[in-house]
Amino acid sequence: MSVLVEKADLSLKYIAHYNKVKELLVKGSPDILNAQRKKAFQDFVMQGIPTNKNEKYKYTNLHPYFLPDFSFIHQREAQKTDPNAIFHCDVPQLDSYVKTTTNGWFNESKTEGDLPEGVILESLEKMMKEQPGLVEKYYAKIAKSNTDAMVALNTAFAKDGYFLYVPKNVVCEQPIQLINFLEAPENSFVTQRNLVILEQGADVKLILCDHTLNLNRYLCNSVTEIFVGENANLDYYTLQNQHNRTTNINSVFVQQERDSVVTSHTSSFHGGLIRNNMEFVLNGENAEANVFGMAFLDKKQHVDNFTQIIHKKPNGQSNQVYKNVLDDEATGAFSGLIHVVRDAQNTNAFQQNNNLLLSDTATMQTKPQLIIDADDVKCSHGATVGQIDEEALFYLRARGINEDKARLMMMNAFMHEVVRKISVEALRDRIDELVERRLNGEVAKCHECAYQCEV
Amino acid sequence: MLKIKNLYASVDGQEILKGINLEIKPGEVHAIMGPNGSGKSTLANVLAGKQEYEVTAGEVTFLGENLLDKAPETRAKDGLFLSFQYPVEIPGVPMANFIKTAVNEHRVHRGEKELTAGQFLKLMREKMELVEMKTKLTNRSVNEGFSGGEKKKNEIFQMAMLEPKLAILDETDSGLDIDALRTVANGVNALKSPETSSIVITHYQRLLDYIVPDFVHILYHGKIVKTAGKELALELEEKGYDWIKSEKGN
Ligand SMILES: Nc1ncnc2c1ncn2[C@@H]1O[C@H](COP(=O)(O)OP(=O)(O)O)[C@@H](O)[C@H]1O
Ligand SMILES: [Mg+2]
Repeated sequence: MSVLVEKADLSLKYIAHYNKVKELLVKGSPDILNAQRKKAFQDFVMQGIPTNKNEKYKYTNLHPYFLPDFSFIHQREAQKTDPNAIFHCDVPQLDSYVKTTTNGWFNESKTEGDLPEGVILESLEKMMKEQPGLVEKYYAKIAKSNTDAMVALNTAFAKDGYFLYVPKNVVCEQPIQLINFLEAPENSFVTQRNLVILEQGADVKLILCDHTLNLNRYLCNSVTEIFVGENANLDYYTLQNQHNRTTNINSVFVQQERDSVVTSHTSSFHGGLIRNNMEFVLNGENAEANVFGMAFLDKKQHVDNFTQIIHKKPNGQSNQVYKNVLDDEATGAFSGLIHVVRDAQNTNAFQQNNNLLLSDTATMQTKPQLIIDADDVKCSHGATVGQIDEEALFYLRARGINEDKARLMMMNAFMHEVVRKISVEALRDRIDELVERRLNGEVAKCHECAYQCEV
Repeated sequence: MLKIKNLYASVDGQEILKGINLEIKPGEVHAIMGPNGSGKSTLANVLAGKQEYEVTAGEVTFLGENLLDKAPETRAKDGLFLSFQYPVEIPGVPMANFIKTAVNEHRVHRGEKELTAGQFLKLMREKMELVEMKTKLTNRSVNEGFSGGEKKKNEIFQMAMLEPKLAILDETDSGLDIDALRTVANGVNALKSPETSSIVITHYQRLLDYIVPDFVHILYHGKIVKTAGKELALELEEKGYDWIKSEKGN
């Protein structure tokens, strides 16, 4: 009974906080955001903070992570991260167009280079005020508060984030890089809300880097809605590199129209708790979703990749490959749902999850789930949890390669399949290097990042 | 070069090697023959340092030093090479990367500089030619998708790259057609010198036509039961192993 009270109390804390600051939330915010707040808040009240009693959070109980007393950042603060000293995420030769956010807020900054005509990369708050017509029909349309408590909480607290718009048939040759910083004077709860719109035939590569700049504790609850028009093409890379006192709840909702191709690639290098919710709805015929991820976990890290691919129309294709290397007492989870609705004939859906355990104390949970309502479907899934192949290790050592190096080669080999899916060459090389360093026990950080990965 | 004295080894508590004695001097070629399951691969693996085999008695010195205390990689760098009976596939580890790392580890061990990319490529090309190995194979992951014969060629290619002092060839001939056999044998012979030795484990005389042994040993039930000159191999070819079995009591 006391557990129940505690749980209720915990949600109550957030409910009370909302009631206390609701005027502040509404004040200065665009109508589009405010219009959703109340309903979203009620949805949160109904659902509460998920525990592992919730089927979707079976392997991740969020409660302990919501326990600390966080400060909230409901107002734009004077920018501390020097916008001119633009942080290059240590990705050499990447030559990307860079913008940043701090604690969920988009930073106005001068950026070298230009985006193609009509492409907008801006503050969501600002764009909602300046061009409401462009944003309104997309906001809170695929990220649903009534079925997801974290979306509800995000929508209730939403103030800003980034907004990316790529007009019809515009091809962005240069990758766009968005660096998300966490940097607050005390332990903080951060809400970030993003919106990405690719019109028909648009083509863009987006690279997201998540960093912590000091050692405070953070809980970051971000929601991104992505609309991909007919025949559009999106590469969406996420590099998670936050210290181990960070809880990162990252929910991404993608809706794809016909003939569109989306490739999502998530690299989780560091972070205390990382939960990636990736939902892809193939809403038009002949759409393709490639959903890849890799995570490196040690100490007491926990990474939970939760994917849902919903095939709604015929001739769609989805490929999922997720791989994890787990050491020490790290825990990992992968849940992958493939849902093929009745109309989605001739769907090809493929899912693979492979895990390498380096210690006896690391654990991995993996759960594929297939719901197939169409009859002409090719669907496959496979999961493995294993250790380093001792025979192969011996083979390498018998050629004079020392044990540590041989292990490293084996781990690299294991991840290689996922690394090579990265199509931006400079990024791939960089990630290759980060992987090598991470596996080697070094901190795979981009310079200037503050890590506290001992915790 | 190699001295094995009264070597006993077991795996999973089961004794497999039961008192092996063998001495190999520089420049010598020794053939080890014997029916399946007699412990030939076990001996090779024990020498190479595979952990699952437990040495319960005896000693082995290699170039005057205690071999059994050393890690597999140190044994390799000291100059011991095992051509595996069943080379493993290692998906994701590129051949070139693998062999370059191995060569450089050997060089560093000898106090030499690592090879530059150019020097390495030149060396690799030269040795590939020696065993007639196709370029497409070195562009792949280690042994991945190689045919049985290609795997064996790859072993000899690696041997050529690493230039060991003692090579142990564990059934390198099995699965090879006559042309491949000749190529592999030529590769082995090209590396032969008065300072290097080899142990050739085989079932068949045909390899020994090309790599002529100084001694032939018969390993049976974990013991060397007979040692003679190359004519012993011919005798075995004619009579099979049954006479050994009946002589030694099965
Ligand atoms: N890793 C192992 N685990 C269990 N038994 C083994 C292992 N390796 C070899 N053996 C056993 O040891 C005996 C000798 O095997 P092996 O050395 O491979 O013989 P050979 O190479 O002469 O055919 C066989 O009975 C085999 O089953
Ligand atoms: Mg054998």
